[in-house]
Amino acid sequence: MIRSLIVAASRCLCIAAGLIGSANLGSALALDVNVGVIRVDYPVLAPVSRFDRKPDNLGFAGASLGNQDNETTGSFLGHSFSFETRSTTPDKLEADTADLIENGISMIVVLGHGNDVLKVADAAGAGALIFNAAAPEVALRSESCRSNLLHVAPSRAMLTDALAQFLVWKKWTRWLLISGSNPDDQQLAEAYRRSAMKFGTEIVEERIFEDTGGSRRSDSGHVLVQRQIPVFTQETEDHDVVLAVDESDVFALYLPFHTWTPRPVAGSGGLRPVSFHAAHEAWGATQFQRRFEKQNGRYVRPEDYNVWVAFRVIGEAVSRSSSDDVAVLRDYILSDAFELAAFKGQKVTFRPWNGQLRQPVLLTDSKITVSVSPQEGFLHHRSPLDSLGIDEPESACSAFAN
Amino acid sequence: MFTPSTLAAKVTLLAGFLCLSPGVFLAPSAYANKIYVSNEKGNTVTVIDSGTWEQVTEFPAGNRPRGIGISPDGDHLYVCASDDDTIKVFDAHTYEFLWSLPSGPDPELFVISPDGAKLYVSNEDDNLVTVVDTQKKTIVAEVPVGVEPEGMAISPDVRFVVNTSETTNMAHFIATEDYKIKHNILVDQRPRYARFTNDGKTLYVSSEIGGTVSVIDMHGETGPELTQKIGFEVAGVQPEWLQPVGMRITADNKWLFVALGPANRVAVIDTASNEVVRYVLVGQRVWQLAFTPDQKYLLTTNGNSNDITVIDVAKQEAVKSIQVGQQPWGVVVAPD
Repeated sequence: MIRSLIVAASRCLCIAAGLIGSANLGSALALDVNVGVIRVDYPVLAPVSRFDRKPDNLGFAGASLGNQDNETTGSFLGHSFSFETRSTTPDKLEADTADLIENGISMIVVLGHGNDVLKVADAAGAGALIFNAAAPEVALRSESCRSNLLHVAPSRAMLTDALAQFLVWKKWTRWLLISGSNPDDQQLAEAYRRSAMKFGTEIVEERIFEDTGGSRRSDSGHVLVQRQIPVFTQETEDHDVVLAVDESDVFALYLPFHTWTPRPVAGSGGLRPVSFHAAHEAWGATQFQRRFEKQNGRYVRPEDYNVWVAFRVIGEAVSRSSSDDVAVLRDYILSDAFELAAFKGQKVTFRPWNGQLRQPVLLTDSKITVSVSPQEGFLHHRSPLDSLGIDEPESACSAFAN
Repeated sequence: MFTPSTLAAKVTLLAGFLCLSPGVFLAPSAYANKIYVSNEKGNTVTVIDSGTWEQVTEFPAGNRPRGIGISPDGDHLYVCASDDDTIKVFDAHTYEFLWSLPSGPDPELFVISPDGAKLYVSNEDDNLVTVVDTQKKTIVAEVPVGVEPEGMAISPDVRFVVNTSETTNMAHFIATEDYKIKHNILVDQRPRYARFTNDGKTLYVSSEIGGTVSVIDMHGETGPELTQKIGFEVAGVQPEWLQPVGMRITADNKWLFVALGPANRVAVIDTASNEVVRYVLVGQRVWQLAFTPDQKYLLTTNGNSNDITVIDVAKQEAVKSIQVGQQPWGVVVAPD
């Protein structure tokens, strides 16, 4: 009770301070920016690890913090921010999008599979700006790109390149690739094959771990895992590292310590490339973690961080351009002038040829930040960040051509 | 472990000896002053004697000590113990812990009013600047500012306290008479630090991620006005790592020194042209800076190499490095 009173009091002060501030800025216009967040919920099995259970406010919590940060900043400029959330299903997705657009919301952050993100982008129309905060498909940024669709989530290619660079730096260049049998796993495997070719590493052998369904939580399941995984990983070609390619969350977490040959595991288990995680502390991230945990009472997830980034991209564009016009904001976001600090040690910006956010990728063992890519020595004529993912000459995206 | 009394005697003796044979050692400052370095990870303060450039002692200073300052009379050392949510006050001569000041949560940096009566503290987690009365040990005011307040500066005429907010990307100008924000200026990403020229005409604000120092004219037509941004360029260093943080300006206002974080360099800027004339190579992840009172030397904290670098101000050269505790963050030198 006392705490909420204090919060309320400081809000009032904040607004008062903001008025004084805006009076002095002269040119600032009063703006009211409302952002939508759509999360598509799919029927899923329980995760292998209960640490990976999805919180009810997944993504929305990142929106809440991002909106609060935008409001604080906006209070000094006469800009106010608000947001609306929709958790929905694939069949109601287009209706929910239309509903937001009808309510005058033309900037929407989406958490969903790639084909559903495209549905939102197409239903929202050219006058809207959609932010993809979860879908990793490379095609969304290439042949299937949309001019009204920006990507704050890293693509599979960015994630696999980030891990590949680290493995090259370690000189662990002989990879045993074990992939899941589902289509998403196979797309991820393709991204690793591309990374291997790009950075000159060798996939010495590939195996497929069939998803045969079944219970993941049976009593003493570890007894079987302990016997099955060594057998599955017997008699392989010599390798330095095992790449677990398992977006479906079926087997990757079982590989570390159980492989026949003692080798480190990376990919979907072991050392994982992620946009963010809750133990990351460098570059002021501790403050971000503390603010998030105080507001939401739990650790941050990559989806929350991605939504927060999308909100801050919008907030920053509104602050700098003093506009809430979607076309003006889109131009600014894709321009050289745009930059954002996002707790990753360097500014993040957008690739103007496909709307992908350039960003460092964290490598985590799920306890700490083990490393951050791009790795030292991987150069690019534009920015080392463009050594991650599909580069301009490789991109089949034409929607962003002027 | 030295006891404070024998330590004081030792320091005096060494200083005296050095004055007699300056040629043998690095020339000492006009007076030997104590240098205090906060070690963010080691949870200590390292004390160094500027006469001998030797470590005198290292003492516990609370959890995650960062911002550090000293009272104008040189008696009280103030340390932001960020994870303890207080500012700890130590006897600057005996290193004895005296008392804590209420600081608001997660204090990071502060400035002291010239009369020593007030501290202006940035509270990173709560978007506040807290004004603390150092005598009564009370909070006088809390000023809501932008997201993640960090840098603090006070104008020489004491009319304004400036705070920079790292995620909002603004310099907020707070009037000291009523603790109200009178002006806000947008600067580049992640403004870390602010510093006035000694005549109060110009304010410099460093933006770590933006990679620039904003130059603000305090006497613009409608108040403070952004006039210019200074960029940095070092051959062989990725532009992403040129991250300006701590700053100091010489008493004659001619030279601005800017710590460039992971670029491991201090930029020397001629304030007449606002151009970088030299980059001085120092230790790794250079963070904050402080002059000796005679301004012969500039000290830099190097967080990743766990040392401080001594820069000869006139020659604009690094002359010595001194090992300190784990992850040095802030530095302050006792007044004469």
